[in-house]
Amino acid sequence: MTAHPYIPNSEPRVRAQMLAAVGAASTEEFYAAIPAALRVDGLLDLPEPFTCEADLVRHVEGLLGRNTSTRDAISFLGAGCYNHHVPAVCDEVNGRSEFLTAYAGEPYEDHGRFQALFEYASMMGELLEMDVVTVPVYDGYQASATALRMCGRITGRPVVLVTTAISADKRRKIADYLLPDMRIRDLPASAGTGTLDEDSLAAALDDDVAGVYLESPNYFGVVETGIARAAGLAHRNSSLLVVSADPISLGVLASPASLGADIACGDIQSLGMHQYFGGGQAGYIAVHDDERFVMELPARLFGLAPTSVPGELGFGDVAYERTSFAVREQGKEWVGTAAALWGITAGVYLALMGPAGMTDIGDTILARTRYAMMRLDAIPGLTVRHLPSPHFREFVVDLTGSGAQVAAVDAALRSAGIFVGKDLSSEFPELGQSILVCVTELTTKADIDRLADLLKEAIVTR
Amino acid sequence: MSHLEHAAGPGGFPIEAKPPLRRFHQARWDEPLIFELTQPGQRGILVPPAEPAVTEAVAGAPGELPPGIRRAAPPALPEMSQLHVLRHYLRLSQENLGFDLNVDVGQGTCTMKYSPKVNDRLAGSHKLADMHPLQHPDTAQGVLEIYWRMEQILKAISGMDRVTLQPGAGSAAIYANVSMVRAYHAARGQGDTRDEIITTIFSHPSNAACAKTAGYKVITLYPDADGYPDLDSLRAAVSDRTAALLITNPEDTGIFNAAIAEFVDVVHQAGGLAVYDQANANGILGITRAREAGFDLCHFNLHKTFSTPHACGGPAAGASCVTAEIAPYLPVPTVERDGERFFLDYDREQSVGKIRPFTGVGPNILRAYAWVMSLGAEGLRQVAETAVLNNNYLLSKILEIPGASLPYASGQRRIEQARYSWEELAADTGVHSEEIGIRAADFGVHYWTSHHPYVVPEPFTLEPSESYTKSDLDEYAAILSQVAHEARTDPGLVRGAPYNLPVHHTEHEVLDDPAQWAVTWRAYQRKHVTGTP
Amino acid sequence: MSPVIGLIVNPVAGIGGPAALKGSDGADVQRRAIRTGAVPRSGERAAVTVRRLLARLPDLVLLAAPDRMGERAALDCGVAGPRLRVVIETGQVTTGDDTSRAAVAMRAAGAELILFAGGDGTARDLVRGVSESVPVLGIPAGVKMQSAVFATSPVAAAEVAIAFLARGGTMVRPREVVDIDEDCLRAGRLTARLHGHLAVPVERRRVQDRKTGSSQAAAGTAADVAAAFAAQMEPGRLYVLGPGTTMRAVADHLGIPKTLLGVDVVTTAGLVAADVTARDLDAMVSAGTTIAVSPIGGQGFIFGRGNQQISATALAAVGPGGIAVLCTHEKLAGLRGAPLLVDTGDPAVDASLAGHVRVITGRNERTIYRTRAAGG
Repeated sequence: MTAHPYIPNSEPRVRAQMLAAVGAASTEEFYAAIPAALRVDGLLDLPEPFTCEADLVRHVEGLLGRNTSTRDAISFLGAGCYNHHVPAVCDEVNGRSEFLTAYAGEPYEDHGRFQALFEYASMMGELLEMDVVTVPVYDGYQASATALRMCGRITGRPVVLVTTAISADKRRKIADYLLPDMRIRDLPASAGTGTLDEDSLAAALDDDVAGVYLESPNYFGVVETGIARAAGLAHRNSSLLVVSADPISLGVLASPASLGADIACGDIQSLGMHQYFGGGQAGYIAVHDDERFVMELPARLFGLAPTSVPGELGFGDVAYERTSFAVREQGKEWVGTAAALWGITAGVYLALMGPAGMTDIGDTILARTRYAMMRLDAIPGLTVRHLPSPHFREFVVDLTGSGAQVAAVDAALRSAGIFVGKDLSSEFPELGQSILVCVTELTTKADIDRLADLLKEAIVTR
Repeated sequence: MSHLEHAAGPGGFPIEAKPPLRRFHQARWDEPLIFELTQPGQRGILVPPAEPAVTEAVAGAPGELPPGIRRAAPPALPEMSQLHVLRHYLRLSQENLGFDLNVDVGQGTCTMKYSPKVNDRLAGSHKLADMHPLQHPDTAQGVLEIYWRMEQILKAISGMDRVTLQPGAGSAAIYANVSMVRAYHAARGQGDTRDEIITTIFSHPSNAACAKTAGYKVITLYPDADGYPDLDSLRAAVSDRTAALLITNPEDTGIFNAAIAEFVDVVHQAGGLAVYDQANANGILGITRAREAGFDLCHFNLHKTFSTPHACGGPAAGASCVTAEIAPYLPVPTVERDGERFFLDYDREQSVGKIRPFTGVGPNILRAYAWVMSLGAEGLRQVAETAVLNNNYLLSKILEIPGASLPYASGQRRIEQARYSWEELAADTGVHSEEIGIRAADFGVHYWTSHHPYVVPEPFTLEPSESYTKSDLDEYAAILSQVAHEARTDPGLVRGAPYNLPVHHTEHEVLDDPAQWAVTWRAYQRKHVTGTP
Repeated sequence: MSPVIGLIVNPVAGIGGPAALKGSDGADVQRRAIRTGAVPRSGERAAVTVRRLLARLPDLVLLAAPDRMGERAALDCGVAGPRLRVVIETGQVTTGDDTSRAAVAMRAAGAELILFAGGDGTARDLVRGVSESVPVLGIPAGVKMQSAVFATSPVAAAEVAIAFLARGGTMVRPREVVDIDEDCLRAGRLTARLHGHLAVPVERRRVQDRKTGSSQAAAGTAADVAAAFAAQMEPGRLYVLGPGTTMRAVADHLGIPKTLLGVDVVTTAGLVAADVTARDLDAMVSAGTTIAVSPIGGQGFIFGRGNQQISATALAAVGPGGIAVLCTHEKLAGLRGAPLLVDTGDPAVDASLAGHVRVITGRNERTIYRTRAAGG
């Protein structure tokens, strides 16, 4: 029997030696406690394996070959997952075995992981202008959901006001997560500007409201201009303000904290992670260094600590007793394996970009987004929604006036090598036949011009 | 004091044999925090600017950022050249003990095993890495087929009817399962009355914590004197308020509960669901399944049993597997097959909704799939049997160390891992289990005690998966033996560890003091560096 | 500044045990024990502790009670001169009173911690002498060690003392001192009494004391368990609160005064009766009453040690459904798989309580734990 490369002790002689050492005739003895009725009969019904690496590669690459990636096409897809440039150094660092295969060692032998995550949190802290940032949680949906439950725990109130300019999927996640003890009330965005309707907010605030939830840019790419006023209204009502912001915008957009947010949250996938078919997501939650807030965070917090040697940087868990690791169901929500390596990667990204890079990418995206909006709005039959409002990276283009259906236009552009964007027609029927179009620093003027030309053709052709 | 001291030899060939224990020393770069490496004006990467024609076209257009919305000053990030960012992080990586570099049996219950590099290469292909999750299924048939095939594999391994690969990791899968339990009872009009979930004290804390998060009251069972979950306790705990039992088998002690089917039966009789935490599945792959024991739901950790890398704590991936009766509640979208075509189904009215954005952690699902496909049914059987053989072999070596003991179920073999106790050693020497672990790291290995609370006193939990050689296991046992010996002869040495690692003993008190803790550099500056505004 | 530790050895602790006598109290028992050849071991055990302390704290100053009450053990370990100070004077035959006096003197002389080698009886003497006014830790050397004030071994006692002196390695907690009435015991009747508490250093093992202004009890603590119970008490219902600090925390939550060593009867509105006797209580309880207790001492007794005011009659009246047990996970885990124990004196009532009990371990959650009748 050939030893399998992943199973050294499958080699028969070593196996026999070890069985002898433990006084067992065969490995069957180790399973003696398992009742016969629970034993699998024979082997599992699994496909024939490819034990030779070369064959395995051929098989998997054959499957992957049926994919058309955003390298093979021009993609205008966003909606929570973004096609930004991933610096080679980011892949280099998170591909290193020392990081990639590490797990849960102590802050001694895993010093590197603790320092890298502390640095990530610190760089995020500068972007967000907040002193406490968690080790990453699973994704931006989880970050938002936890931030809202924190509002409930901190204020003791049961209601959160949530902007309607939010992904339907994210809202579903929040609804499931808040189900046990909180209720969601919609906070409408005004149809013309796509920003928060401040009168609705004022009317909706009452003694039951724990928190107000806004996103900027929101799901439609609109930059909220009323956050500071919303903060004032919320705080006067003793409610908290939660703002979800994509950190890649914070080189050019004011931080949520500077506008009055109590909790900032979001997804860091844009900071150096590939799209990975949705596998590059990671969430952040940030608060000021206020014990009332810190103690409600479920995730790990890595803090600096002195060691017995002067000048050495030590690290460890801050307020570990908050967590389910320490006190099980008495901890805040739960903590587990989530997305730490993406946090380290985001740190690498931010260090590479520096202040100038973050400003530059923000400016490039702002300009290209506005250019794309102008080009598409100029097409007869197409209307770009919320046109007067500032946008970052995404916008909504409405085909209704042309009579075209999104699905047909999408198919037509796909056969021309373009992923036109996310179909919003069933998610937000009130927007009609609309598409959420995303533009990043990878989208060139030529790409945008080509999109405009093909869209024009597609709606005329129908 | 350090075991690194050795006399200078006479030189010349042949070179003497190495001493029995390696003279390990981890890299120690004394690397400053990245903020201290900043050099004003340096750039790590440049960003393409908007084309002049674009800038011209948008000049004066509506939608300018109003004052107060535009960031006033650039963020205070470090400024470094590209090489210097790379160098900093590579140094930090050298100060990190990844699985690939050490005999990682000490991280018991984590199922540390070899993550084949070929799978990393495949996952890095642009045909996966550059796939957007919302692409039309016609452009994503490859990845959808991989998801579907992995689901079929998990159905065969668990015996269950449907699978979701959406959860981001194990605890997320536990939460997904609890959410489905909640939906199940609500659909039967018993959402309000069935408000209790039962679990055991040896279960991963996330079982209790996820249940609590989902709104349940948690009832915890303690083991009987032999370390088995106590069936009588379960009978006392169930009622018409029981929504579910969350249980692991084998538990973290490594002991298989032969009465598991009876446990499931008791819960079913009470009208509750049985949920199987299969984090410890590695030792029973192809040996026993969730289905035959009667479970309604189970979950797997792809980063444990299925080899995807642990990545410092994620990204990972979790799988929830359910019976047909529970399938209507699966999160959306599910992966479906119609002849040769794969697609995503969002149209599921009773679904619990979303656990996570999109469909799951694609690269890890691919790695798990490739791993299973490199082994097949016979290979998985070998994985389980070898892991259990390795575990029992290491067990026999550990029990040779004076002061180490294996509580519970005496005479019974352990499955995937074992929880030991240094109780006798601690009584003799006053040295605690945590201190043994930190000193063991001086020899280049990890060590994990147990979840809290410590039901087993002075615990340590070891899990040699199928990845190790016999000599790896001998080395690990020899290291613990050495440290135990030091605890008796020179406890101060053990207590003062570590000596050979990137940093020395850390003063932890500041981490629990709100006035002193610092989670970011800016907080540290504000609180502890004088003269900072 | 040199650390200052007090050392008191009960020279006859542990004598009764091997000679099949239940405990060592009383000059009479001690004479009989010595006649049977019993050799006191408490001094030896104390010496193990002292030797280890000296190895790590060479500038330690030891305050000792005279001769076989500690001075000899210290001298055997090489402590002498200015490092050893003897407090009080005693007669040839020493008594529990001497223990109490020695403790008081040590406190006055600046002892940061008093170590004693003995059993429950000695612990009781310390309660009488200093109560919770100075930290005290027991070196296990007695036959009866029901009290929750002992380290697990002489070596462990030294380690805890060292961690305590290093500041930050321990927290000081009130721990129950329980003692069985030995005359009753030898006559076949088992009763026990909660005599008070000592302030005992407990090692921080991941359950840490936070310096905080938060009004919420840290999760997992006795205060948290007490708060959880208080939150679900029903207005109008009669509650019997057993002795101990956890039950006092429940009363604190309700704003009601509580007898620390005794049993009080309350409703959510206030105190109904304080420090009741068994006879009083028997007359007050009915099927609608809840009796709430927390395990007393280190052995996991929920009935029969330290709360004898709650009689078998009262327990039978409320039934198993009328009993609430409050305990932290940490304390349950510390039982290391051993069951909670009941010993009410009535086999039928014991049998009704044996099996499993629901333990309140925090907010909105409980634990199912095995109970056993302890018997004789």
